[in-house]
Amino acid sequence: MRTRKLLMGLAGVAMLAGSNFVAPTPAGAQESIFIPMLTYRTGPFAGSGTPIMDGMHDYLTMLNERDGGIGGVMLEIEECETAYNAQKGVECYEGVKDRNPVVINPYSTGITLQLIPKAPVDQIPILSMGYGLSATAVGEAFPWTFNAPATYWSQMSAIIKYIDSQGEGISGQTVGFIYLDVGYGREPIPLLDQLGTDMGFEVVKIPVGVSDMQNQSSHWLQVRREQPDWMIMWGWGAMNPTAIKEAAKVNFPMDRFIGVWWSGGNVDVRPAGDGAIGYLSVNFHGTGTDFPAIQDIIKYVVEPGLSLSDPDVVGDNFYNRGVSNAVAVAEAIRTAQQVTGVSVVTGVEMREGLENFNLTAERLAEIGLEGFMNPMQITCEDHAGAHPVYIQQWDGSAWNRVSDWIEPMSDRVRPMLIAAAEEYLSDKPEWQTQECN
Amino acid sequence: MFYRETGQFKTSYRTDQAVFPIKQDAIGIWVLLAILFIVVPLTFNDFWLNSIMIPTLIFSLAAIGLNLLLGYAGQISLGTGGFMGVGAYSCYKLTTIFPDVNILIPILLSGFVAAAVGVLFGIPSLRIKGFYLAIATLASQFFLVWAFGRIEWLYNYNPSGAIEVPTRRIFDIAVTGPHATSMTRYLIILSIVVVLTWVASNLVRGRIGRAWMAIRDMDIAAELIGIKLLQTKLTAFAISSYYAGVAGALMVFMWLGAAEVESFDINHSFLILFMVVIGGSGSLIGSFMGAAFIWVLPIFLRSAPDYIGLEIGAATVEHINFMVVGALIIFFLIVEPNGIARLWQIGKEKLRRWPFPY
Repeated sequence: MRTRKLLMGLAGVAMLAGSNFVAPTPAGAQESIFIPMLTYRTGPFAGSGTPIMDGMHDYLTMLNERDGGIGGVMLEIEECETAYNAQKGVECYEGVKDRNPVVINPYSTGITLQLIPKAPVDQIPILSMGYGLSATAVGEAFPWTFNAPATYWSQMSAIIKYIDSQGEGISGQTVGFIYLDVGYGREPIPLLDQLGTDMGFEVVKIPVGVSDMQNQSSHWLQVRREQPDWMIMWGWGAMNPTAIKEAAKVNFPMDRFIGVWWSGGNVDVRPAGDGAIGYLSVNFHGTGTDFPAIQDIIKYVVEPGLSLSDPDVVGDNFYNRGVSNAVAVAEAIRTAQQVTGVSVVTGVEMREGLENFNLTAERLAEIGLEGFMNPMQITCEDHAGAHPVYIQQWDGSAWNRVSDWIEPMSDRVRPMLIAAAEEYLSDKPEWQTQECN
Repeated sequence: MFYRETGQFKTSYRTDQAVFPIKQDAIGIWVLLAILFIVVPLTFNDFWLNSIMIPTLIFSLAAIGLNLLLGYAGQISLGTGGFMGVGAYSCYKLTTIFPDVNILIPILLSGFVAAAVGVLFGIPSLRIKGFYLAIATLASQFFLVWAFGRIEWLYNYNPSGAIEVPTRRIFDIAVTGPHATSMTRYLIILSIVVVLTWVASNLVRGRIGRAWMAIRDMDIAAELIGIKLLQTKLTAFAISSYYAGVAGALMVFMWLGAAEVESFDINHSFLILFMVVIGGSGSLIGSFMGAAFIWVLPIFLRSAPDYIGLEIGAATVEHINFMVVGALIIFFLIVEPNGIARLWQIGKEKLRRWPFPY
């Protein structure tokens, strides 16, 4: 008994001594560009998160392997696991912020919301690509936050526009909105309510709590009772495949069920089998591997075994979403290097790069992604840009584009964004804003 | 050799009943406080303060709260996360309604709201015990989380549903919000935790604490010797929830800076429960040890592979982390069910006789 206690005591002492190791590496002279990645490869959101993280990681690694980084400077990529938990995300952020990260990609609206007030103080820009707080599109009010290519509000307005263009139009119809009951899912509600009043359709809101994600029978029973003409989904992680399966079970017409661009993963539709055929989702980039840059990823990263990804997943919708995010980061770094003349860019230069970001069709062709996404521009005033999106449909094995590029209703969305930004700042007298000429 | 009480004679009841009867302990606690108040802020960097010291202190306070209820009064509760949420949300409401009031006042007042809610959900404890009470408090956990998400007034109709901490200043020094330095926040949290721990240590040694322990050990006997069950149990719930509420308010206002409903879910309650169980139920120092153990171990495990030079993916580390912490919980429950506090006590006993044990 005594030896056992002694051993345990020793173990305790060893742990205390060991904990001295935890000091993070000091920010000294830097030779590489540090890109931290907040990932979630564990927990109920891993299904959605893993392919995105792999896509992002693999594109950046490909740049290192093929070109030796960006502008001759290697990229240092480091992952920190958040499990989509805002608390852990903040912890990860605190752990990396002293090491001159060039940009933070929180990959969670909840984490983004918590980091928005910290960004101007720590001078680290946030790129919440296609998620986050919609109002941060207003560049004057949020100099450090970027949410290109489109805000949730723009995206929602594009969905409503699509519905309005189908058959009898949206006026007088009922639209069901099933959403994950966290900051992310609630984000588009103000716009949806406003458009409902303006365009004369009824909105039925069906929140799904995180703990109910895999048990949605009661929610879909409500759908059957309310008989909406259309369903829109703002789901994530394990919520998506469950919702699509349940929709198939209650025989909801799949071609009237539209998911946000986060509800269109291949892993989301596969579990429902043939029941998912016809399901629609929004997108802003191409799928598949028929792009030279993706081929380079396969050649330089996947085949030599530098990727964590299953080779079959390369080219999936969410994998390519990660690639598109990495492209935005890489191109912004390149722009920052050109604009500021500094080669090892940090947060301050990166912000310049993001504000002058202009990904043209020619540039896309140059980096081997011709037609992969719509040209994308960010300006000082508009940190999202009102970029068009398209609707894709699942045919049982792949996503097919079924609409043209749909322009969001910027004339309606922009004034609401400005009002929301003003409201956000109203109780923050010390907020740092900027003037755009 | 150095740690023994030879020559320290107790000449009055007062010295005999001191919190630290051994002189070395009494000096030790002052040295520890000096280190925490002076050395730590001067030498630790932001990462240490923000990711290790601040969360450990806040969780210690929450663990003390649960320990008062579970370890001293013997009433099991799975609602700590919810009570912490009550503290956080009421502090948010108070400071947005009265923005000019010194932020420490809403933080300390929010504990009373949590206490009121705690009393309400503590009423069933009069009729039901043990596992059944755990289920009843579980209901409070789910109800409160539901309320935080559904009652829009609680988060000021914020479309994101999250509460965000505004910048508040005391004597022109930012203490909350993004402008507050980690050192300021650390010192404020440390002061509150030290004061509340001192209050708790006096509570458990006094009449109230003795009544709690009597109920914990055998409630019928306690009733027979004249302890009022209703009052005593409800006081336990109230005081425990007060601590949890203040910890919740500190967590959001002094550490995270913003919070969603998920920050207060059932996992959070379990986390605090593990801290109490591993640290040692019925021990205040155990609450600190448990909180430090559960909070620091994963951070240590996360950075350990780097220093040995191993390249392990972040997700793999997280998986290993789950396994190691789980295994350690089982290990402690089997080898030392009374927690780290008991190990500490055994260590001290041995030290007193060292180097000549008998």
